[in-house]
Amino acid sequence: MSSLAVTVVGHDRPGIIAAAADALAGCGMNLEDSSMTLLRGHFAMTLVCAGDATVDEVRAALAPLASSGLDVAVRAVAPDPDVPSTTANHLVTVYGADRLGIVARLVGVVAEAGANVTDLTTRLSGDLYVLLAEVALPDETDADALRDRLAAVGNDLGVEVTLRPLENDEL
Amino acid sequence: MSFELSTLPTGRVREVVRAPAHVLATPGPDVDPTDPEVLQLCADLVATMRVSPGCVGLAAPQVGVSAQAFCVDVTDHPKTRTAHGLVVLVNARVVESSRNERAREGCMSVPDLTGDVKRASRVTVRGLLPGSGAETEVVTDAFEARALQHEIDHCAGLLFLDRVAGAHALHARQVYLDAPADPSA
Repeated sequence: MSSLAVTVVGHDRPGIIAAAADALAGCGMNLEDSSMTLLRGHFAMTLVCAGDATVDEVRAALAPLASSGLDVAVRAVAPDPDVPSTTANHLVTVYGADRLGIVARLVGVVAEAGANVTDLTTRLSGDLYVLLAEVALPDETDADALRDRLAAVGNDLGVEVTLRPLENDEL
Repeated sequence: MSFELSTLPTGRVREVVRAPAHVLATPGPDVDPTDPEVLQLCADLVATMRVSPGCVGLAAPQVGVSAQAFCVDVTDHPKTRTAHGLVVLVNARVVESSRNERAREGCMSVPDLTGDVKRASRVTVRGLLPGSGAETEVVTDAFEARALQHEIDHCAGLLFLDRVAGAHALHARQVYLDAPADPSA
């Protein structure tokens, strides 16, 4: 049993997901965690799949996609990465005029606080840049101090920053 | 209860400002509800809301004025349960809220995005009526409660972007409403 990371990126068109999923199923690879979305019109797929196929066999199965103008990459990954469990418990929201370095500066502040970003999306809409980052703050992290530091860097960048606890509704 | 609004002057349609305009991120000061300029501002908010397709509320910062003033009218919206018709308030606050629900919101000041936002579905809002300055409470629910909280947030310098529910709670807007038919056409 092997775990493989697959990325497919390229100009969007109907049928990319179907073709990729069919190729992986044909190799006996089970599609586990995946993220597939459109980024300014470009299709971007990132996934981890598990099964008995080798990297070369999966590459061969995905070759028709690669030859149709998409960037396809396949590599082996450790099946169970030895990383501490990171459950997001806060959300950082940033918006403002687009400028270079917003993500780098603010996510840098999060990293300095010992917090881990578990999910991040950005959107550029006209002049408006929006960043949403779910972060896992360790128990010992001072959320108020991080909020103050983010606000200070946000002020320096001319963007609005909030840090809020993520709400989970237990049913 | 019914919401009694005294006559406002004739409103002018103003340009709606868009994020990241600084005024949208600035808490507005309380205003004098009897000040003629405030009455004109309220009238302008109503006039601008009325000509804007799909618009059910507008706050002073959205027309470039940092102030605690807004209007709401959700009368014909399909998600409305309780409706008070045209609501115009200054210096309004949410004084009671309960029953949070998540729903997708848009905003004229963020025209190309929508976001999933959790807000109270039952609220009591207390504010002053422009003109008389009488203190008024609006007790409402569902979509009107959401609209009031959205506008009160605007007056406090907050956008729905500050309240979205997660990293994947922001969406490109897919439906744009047409401008209302010109009755003179």
